[in-house]
Amino acid sequence: MKKVLITNGHIIDPANGINRVGDLYISDGKIEKIDFEGSARKHIDGLEIIDATGLIVAPGLIDIHVHLREPGQSAKETIATGTNAAAAGGFTTVVCMPNTSPAADSPSVVALIREKAATESCINVYTTGAITKNIAGEELAPIGSMHKAGIVALTDDGHCVQNHELMRRALEYARMFGLPVMDHCQDYNLVGKGVMHEGYWSTVLGLPGWPSAGEEIIVQRNALLAELCDTHIHCQHLSAAGSVRLLRAAHTRGIKISGEICPHHIALTDESIQGFDTNFKMNPPLRAQNDVDALIEGIVDRTVTILASDHAPHCNYEKEVEFDMAPFGIVGLETELGLFIDILVHKKKAIDMAHLIELYTVNPAQLLKLDRGTLSPNAVADVTLIDPDLEWAVDKNTFASRSRNTPFHGWQLKGRAVRTMVAGKTVWALS
Amino acid sequence: MSNWTRKDLLGIQELTAGEITGILDTAAAFKQVGARDIKKVPALRGKTLVNFFVEPSTRTRTSFELAAFRLSADVINISATTSSLTKGETLKDTAKNLEALHADIIVLRHSSAGAPKFLADRIQSSVINAGDGAHEHPTQALLDTFTVREKLGRIQGIHVAIIGDILFSRVARSNIWALLKLGARVTLIGPSTLVPREFERMGCAVTHDIDSVLPTVDVVNLLRIQHERQRKEYFPGTSEYTSLFGLTKQRAATLKPGALIMHPGPINRGVEIDSEIADSAQSVILDQVTNGLAVRMAVLYLCAGAGSFDTQTAPASISQPTGNPQAENR
Repeated sequence: MKKVLITNGHIIDPANGINRVGDLYISDGKIEKIDFEGSARKHIDGLEIIDATGLIVAPGLIDIHVHLREPGQSAKETIATGTNAAAAGGFTTVVCMPNTSPAADSPSVVALIREKAATESCINVYTTGAITKNIAGEELAPIGSMHKAGIVALTDDGHCVQNHELMRRALEYARMFGLPVMDHCQDYNLVGKGVMHEGYWSTVLGLPGWPSAGEEIIVQRNALLAELCDTHIHCQHLSAAGSVRLLRAAHTRGIKISGEICPHHIALTDESIQGFDTNFKMNPPLRAQNDVDALIEGIVDRTVTILASDHAPHCNYEKEVEFDMAPFGIVGLETELGLFIDILVHKKKAIDMAHLIELYTVNPAQLLKLDRGTLSPNAVADVTLIDPDLEWAVDKNTFASRSRNTPFHGWQLKGRAVRTMVAGKTVWALS
Repeated sequence: MSNWTRKDLLGIQELTAGEITGILDTAAAFKQVGARDIKKVPALRGKTLVNFFVEPSTRTRTSFELAAFRLSADVINISATTSSLTKGETLKDTAKNLEALHADIIVLRHSSAGAPKFLADRIQSSVINAGDGAHEHPTQALLDTFTVREKLGRIQGIHVAIIGDILFSRVARSNIWALLKLGARVTLIGPSTLVPREFERMGCAVTHDIDSVLPTVDVVNLLRIQHERQRKEYFPGTSEYTSLFGLTKQRAATLKPGALIMHPGPINRGVEIDSEIADSAQSVILDQVTNGLAVRMAVLYLCAGAGSFDTQTAPASISQPTGNPQAENR
């Protein structure tokens, strides 16, 4: 029986309201117990002892918004490289998006991804299925069959179902399987050819902009349909102040709707696009300072309950083109935790570490009904050790990801994961 | 006066007032050359200029080409249809190939905002922006300010109205920066869909009432109005545009007697400007074209590193015609 003792760490397990120094015992890949006395430590043969003094011991972090690019786009990323990147960022679980090639819109593609992940991934990979066939927004994908194949949610991420009637039926149909629907909120008419936020900087730069209303109108559509269909909708990568306001209002009516925020949307504004660097091009776009402030406020008051990366790897040669021709998206798995700790906990002092860990563990696990994100006895021993005060510099050349498309190269951050454990086994540690 | 130290001319936004004035002064020296019998000078002899026009243009390309000939540079023209961009080659690779052929100056016209900056960051050759999307068209703004300065004697303190499709206009943006940096007042006029309020943050006034502004301005700069596919949602049509914003004869009569009427061309007679007004004494539309040549000679000359602003000492190459123009390799 393999035993691990993580000793003298600051244990934070929001699912159980634990937030104090103690010893975490792992046995056979499961959480055995948490001991706050310390005195009870006894020597056991073969016991692996990990000294976590000064570190936070958290349930393994979960990122529910990741593009692993397999099958079909392995020049950008593979399941192997993407999950290595996740482990290096402190993540024990990722949920991958279905906009692969072919799209994950059938049980066979879902099965392919799950099989590859089972052999090539060092962490847990959960899959999503497309809402519509080929993510084209026209006909429902075989949702029931994909449910049987093991998807945890539906999404057309990267695209947005424009036909409200089709979206309504998708939500009703998904309810049968208890599948939450995740939506990339974007009204195509208002977005038009937009490649950045519409505002002062799009005006100066002469780049086509799209207004915040292009996102907000779909967030509100989703609130109305979630209420109509009594199905949970999760709004992905929120970027606009109005989206947070609309979510807050929907919650007061008890509507089942949630939201997530990515680090770039609170770390940067549209002003960063001045140099036409395509590493600042993502969808939804970087918006204005008032949006950044509102997003942080939404995190603080728990209107927004989930943090995620929208890890979107692209090859250098794809990104190194004219701004309006470049693909949207940036990598994020290896920088997101550092950015959120640095900005939310240290610089803004907006939330504490316990709150941050809640947004990365129990909340996403509850949304997608995953048996992860907790240090409860008998739970799978996925554990992330975090040094909240470690100062480090982002160096894209050391990324485990196959891609390098980040706007954060060279940034000095405070706080990061130092060890990632899946089922009691260390899969990555800071060297 | 400071020296010109830039490899590239990407936009007016990043220039200082001193740099703009320096270009205009250099252009004035070149304009004198254009009045001579022998219009050619050897300043850029042995240099290679590539006119790389990914988006179609006739007048700007011709103007750059003629400017380069006058400076004795060798000129190659590449358009989107004749380049490998149609075969899927990236802009970066095409430009790297041109650099490998030792092109000294690349004049780029491109439909993507920021494309000249993208190129300038990646190659040694000088890059001149000949218009990038709706971003900037710096030589147009320089020739416009040159023309105003020549006709009115100053830029400082004058009031300029720019009228029309401001939102999609690189000419408007470059003119706004140039005029504001040189101390002019700028009022933007047009339909509210095409003149968003964000322009006020650049330092302009924005109005949709042309009649109240015209009597107060020293210059009206009219932009070409088009109502093709992508503009259908912005305004109902050209006849309504003309009734609201066109420079009709009646409106032109409210202008100050010495006010200038400008247009970057090509003009739509009867749409943004009355045909007779376009040909009137107040119109300086053809002066703009002539001055464009001198301004582009100055820009090529400065970016090629051939000289500084100090026209007193530097350009022996300006003041002396080439020895034997017939023998030049064009």
